[in-house]
Amino acid sequence: MEFLGDLLANYTLRTVGMGAVFLGAVNGVLGAFAVLRKQSLLGDAISHAALPGIALAFLLTGSKATLVLLLGAAAAGWVGTLFVMNIVKNTRVKYDSALGLVLSVFFGIGLVLLTYIQRMPVASQAGLDRFLFGQAATLLARDVATIGLLGAGVLLIVLAVWKEFKLLCFDPDFARSLGFPIRWLDVLLITLLVTSIVIGLQTVGVVLMSAMVVAPAAAARQWTDRLGAMVAISAFFGALAGGAGALTSSVMERLPTGPTIVLCLTVIVLVSLLVAPNRGVIWKWARERVNRNMLQVEAVLADLHVLAARHDDPGHGHPISVLRTMSIGHGGVDRSLEVLRERGFVRKTADGTWSLTPRGLEEAKRLEGRRGEGP
Amino acid sequence: MTSVSGMAPAIKVEDLTVAYGERPVLWDVDMEVPAGILMAIVGPNGAGKTSLIKAVTGLVRPVAGYVAIFGKPYREQRPLVGYVPQRNSVDWDFPTTVLDVVMMGRYGGLGWFRRPGATERALALEALEKVGIAELKGRQISQLSGGQQQRLFLARAIVQDARIYLMDEPFQGVDATTERAIVTLLKEMRARGKTVVVVHHDLQTVPEYFDWVTLLNVRCVASGPVDRVFNDRNLRLTYGGRVSYLTHHTPGDTLADGEDGG
Repeated sequence: MEFLGDLLANYTLRTVGMGAVFLGAVNGVLGAFAVLRKQSLLGDAISHAALPGIALAFLLTGSKATLVLLLGAAAAGWVGTLFVMNIVKNTRVKYDSALGLVLSVFFGIGLVLLTYIQRMPVASQAGLDRFLFGQAATLLARDVATIGLLGAGVLLIVLAVWKEFKLLCFDPDFARSLGFPIRWLDVLLITLLVTSIVIGLQTVGVVLMSAMVVAPAAAARQWTDRLGAMVAISAFFGALAGGAGALTSSVMERLPTGPTIVLCLTVIVLVSLLVAPNRGVIWKWARERVNRNMLQVEAVLADLHVLAARHDDPGHGHPISVLRTMSIGHGGVDRSLEVLRERGFVRKTADGTWSLTPRGLEEAKRLEGRRGEGP
Repeated sequence: MTSVSGMAPAIKVEDLTVAYGERPVLWDVDMEVPAGILMAIVGPNGAGKTSLIKAVTGLVRPVAGYVAIFGKPYREQRPLVGYVPQRNSVDWDFPTTVLDVVMMGRYGGLGWFRRPGATERALALEALEKVGIAELKGRQISQLSGGQQQRLFLARAIVQDARIYLMDEPFQGVDATTERAIVTLLKEMRARGKTVVVVHHDLQTVPEYFDWVTLLNVRCVASGPVDRVFNDRNLRLTYGGRVSYLTHHTPGDTLADGEDGG
């Protein structure tokens, strides 16, 4: 409670929280499209490639204004993407290797430049290293305004070309046959992705920024089968993790924001993978169990039907040991008989044997008929 | 090469060469498809069947050659041409519904920025009705069987309302019921004046399903009416003698059902 009270009263925390929530949401939206376009890893290359851009922007202008540094980051991120595309197009290097190459080479150059800057004999160089792991506490009101403006622009464009992006992600060949310029749509998607990554760099850092792109989308996919809902949930998860991570790291001494946000994302992803209905691991496991039990029950009913068919009196009882012998391979005879008795399909005779009821006979015949038809 | 009554053919392919890297997949192909016919493209694996229809629809850029749709370049005639990709070319786990995918067929007609509305919905439902999966309209597409996926793609093509359709293996991995349903649908399209070109694998059914055929193996071996070009010699040229089709069928037998004008 005290924390919440602090939060509302504290102007700095409010600023930081707003910025982080918004950039989380924007990256959640773009991340959803990037994941569906099978470009998840491109985000990683873009964010790492941005580091030398930030350093160069500072070296060239001597300014630490957020906008200047982010422009440098965007330019470098873009150049990195171009490198990836051209390596794939003009050499025999495959896409994943090209991503790895560009990511590490650009990041390496970025680190060298950063080290050089830190040794410069001027006082103004301090603080650039916050772009490595992110430091939400350094967000100022005007940074948040920049994030808000750029993010809103990105979101508006996504809404405008929603159906084109959907088609691009689902069936690009068909989209091209309809006359949509797939190459330019891809360029637009990547440009928006670069923008949304860049506005998150100060808060999350280049090293872990790609988690902000991929994780909310991957988690959101677990909860829905609709694109609109997936994008919305992804935005929500991004905002949640961004907000929670940024605020936690701001109130704790010397805690970098990026790793904190990633921890929040990890929780969201784990929960989604485990418990989401239909796609969750636990859900799948439970469904398989139910199916298996049902098949066992049906098998026992079928066995009883076979036994009943050999007697003139269909109500004749059969000992459980016979049923167990027939059930080698599927088991669960006792439990299945209990289930069948509850449904009124079998009854236990006075001497402890089991027989089909008339309703059970009907059911057994119905199941047999259904099996005959096949799937 | 046959041309029908002076009218420009639906598709005219001239000297078409397509290559990926140094290897040509299509070499100097000439083909003429008159309007209003059902044509099969057959040939062994790697014969360039998919590349041929992708070149006609502008999805791959030819090294050389020329494609005309009703006498004009494809670029000017794009709305007249519908493309049905191979079923496994898309991710069926994509978060979308059956009805939504059908409506994608209208995206070209809608143009930029406009969203599909009630009209598109009605057209899509009608098309789903026609292919017999209307009851699946709200399903997520990953829940469809192979045959239902193929019907879905055909419904999407129907709402496009093109005049020419190029389909990449619509019979791949579907059961006998679906195959019959698709054939009925294709013949219906032909009856309404559409031209349909289908990449096909099953030589046995060519005379029964199609009236024209193109035999392709990088080069175009033969192209024309089934009863004239679908014969022993051309099949051997296309498949290099590996074909068993003619050992138990003679072309006369398979054409017995009404079409052997001879």
